[in-house]
Amino acid sequence: MSSTSHSALPQALASEGLPAHVEVRPLRHPGPTNTEPKAVRIAIITLALAFLALCIALPVVSVFYEAFKRGWLAYVTALAEPDALSAIRLTLLVAAISVIANVTFGLIAAWAIAKFEFPGRSLLITLIDLPFSVSPVVAGLVYVLLFGSQGLFAAYLQAWDIKIIFALPGIVLATLFVTFPFVARELIPLMQEQGTAEEEAAVSLGASGLSTFFRVTLPNVKWALLYGVLLCNARAMGEFGAVSVVSGHVRGLTNTMPLHIEILYNEYQFVASFAVASLLALLALVTLVAKTLLEARLAEDAS
Amino acid sequence: MITETLSLPVGRQRSVIPGFGITLGLTLTWLSVIVLLPLSALFIKTSEISLERFIAIVTSTRTLHALQVSFGLSLAAAVLNLIFGTIVVWALVRYDFPFRRVVDAIIDIPFALPTAVAGIALTSLYAENGWVGSLLAPLGIKVAFTQLGILVALIFIGLPFVVRTVQPVLADLDAELEEAAASLGASRWETIRRVVLPAILPALLTGFALAFARAVGEYGSVIFIAGNLPGQTEIAPLLIVIRLEEFRYADATAIACVMLLASFTLLLLINRLQRWSEMRGTGA
Repeated sequence: MSSTSHSALPQALASEGLPAHVEVRPLRHPGPTNTEPKAVRIAIITLALAFLALCIALPVVSVFYEAFKRGWLAYVTALAEPDALSAIRLTLLVAAISVIANVTFGLIAAWAIAKFEFPGRSLLITLIDLPFSVSPVVAGLVYVLLFGSQGLFAAYLQAWDIKIIFALPGIVLATLFVTFPFVARELIPLMQEQGTAEEEAAVSLGASGLSTFFRVTLPNVKWALLYGVLLCNARAMGEFGAVSVVSGHVRGLTNTMPLHIEILYNEYQFVASFAVASLLALLALVTLVAKTLLEARLAEDAS
Repeated sequence: MITETLSLPVGRQRSVIPGFGITLGLTLTWLSVIVLLPLSALFIKTSEISLERFIAIVTSTRTLHALQVSFGLSLAAAVLNLIFGTIVVWALVRYDFPFRRVVDAIIDIPFALPTAVAGIALTSLYAENGWVGSLLAPLGIKVAFTQLGILVALIFIGLPFVVRTVQPVLADLDAELEEAAASLGASRWETIRRVVLPAILPALLTGFALAFARAVGEYGSVIFIAGNLPGQTEIAPLLIVIRLEEFRYADATAIACVMLLASFTLLLLINRLQRWSEMRGTGA
């Protein structure tokens, strides 16, 4: 059996991608032996909903409330400001680069890991997941230690007049680091479960490796790929800690949207700050809706 | 359906599928460039610091305080997330209520919402003139710019880890076990304590560890609400940033090294827990 040590699998995949022999019990509403008294049930539901409303829903609502506090005009003015626009442009650019890089890497890595057996495979999966457990600040710092003015490569960079830290390359690298596992980890477990039978059939019928990949493998994983892209994009656009360390915070040049939010907030320009934040919050909500819709498709692919 | 193709001893050399060498080579190269080389830079730079200097940095009052704040509050937040997360999971998996699917979807908001957005939103909510802060102020409770504020932020970002880890395990739990326990005369509470709880325990611990690990390194959602007073509300990741801005690279590197080692330890622990959880899952 494939070792799916990927715990943060989409929950739909984990709960619905059951082996076929596990029959799904129709008894969804268990009898009295199997549930709690009505009062307890109501208390638990109330407690759960109150907790979620206070801790999760309220912050999101407040973002939009604060953004529109002074009306539409103030909102639009804040977003049309040149520094805000340049932050939006930079964020879109960085996210696009990360998504393209991670899709390419994710597909290549998943092909090697899922379609072949080799020693050290589970170690490789662990290493791909590593960026998830590293603090964003540490993720930014390691690039400063490599490419900063006191970094390991400082002499070479100076000689060739290349600027990485406090410039676009540094921001891209830090974002690549924190988004590194997103696409690969969605693809690897799914491609492992799908096995190699279809690819073997295609190859033995004379298809080349590339056309096997594009005609057989890719259509089988397209929803998981899209799912990974969604999560990767959301994280790339929203990354704060890692980017903050390498950016240098130059207004209009190296400020991404999250960094611009911080600057405005610290300058007490709350409406403007929340206006930019509301764009990212909207992105988060759209991502969640798309993710929920995709999970149904994903469950189909896995079965 | 899948076991057959995978359990066949498909030797690498006998596989008809092409592209193993080049894809593995590219994977290892890219992994090295983006992740492994940068992380090793941290250890190389740490090795340049003398041992006495390293110990002096890490055991300085301010560093120790920051580490204490980060680890202590992360632990507290993970415990609270474990409790409330379990209640949320129980309601979502076992009961039916209106808008259950919507409620289920909003659990992932902390995953999707950028940390800086969460940070300013929580700060404005819990500030003394905020929606929640203004209700708590008359009771003499200050949240924003205190350790309580850090706790609120860490609870926000950690909750989905507990819920999403425990949810599938509880959903897959065989109802027959509970029926059997009940028919043998166990009370409902006994059944939960002696049948359900042991079955979901590995998942609970995994979720707890994931929430804790995330909280320890968290930066964006915390720094706005924290107040960032050295010795009181200064978290370790912020201290790294401050040292970096002061060009005290050795200090930043040493603290980061401690944080990274803590992350690796937690990662190992989480991997162990997950394997245990999977064994429980298949063994049941």
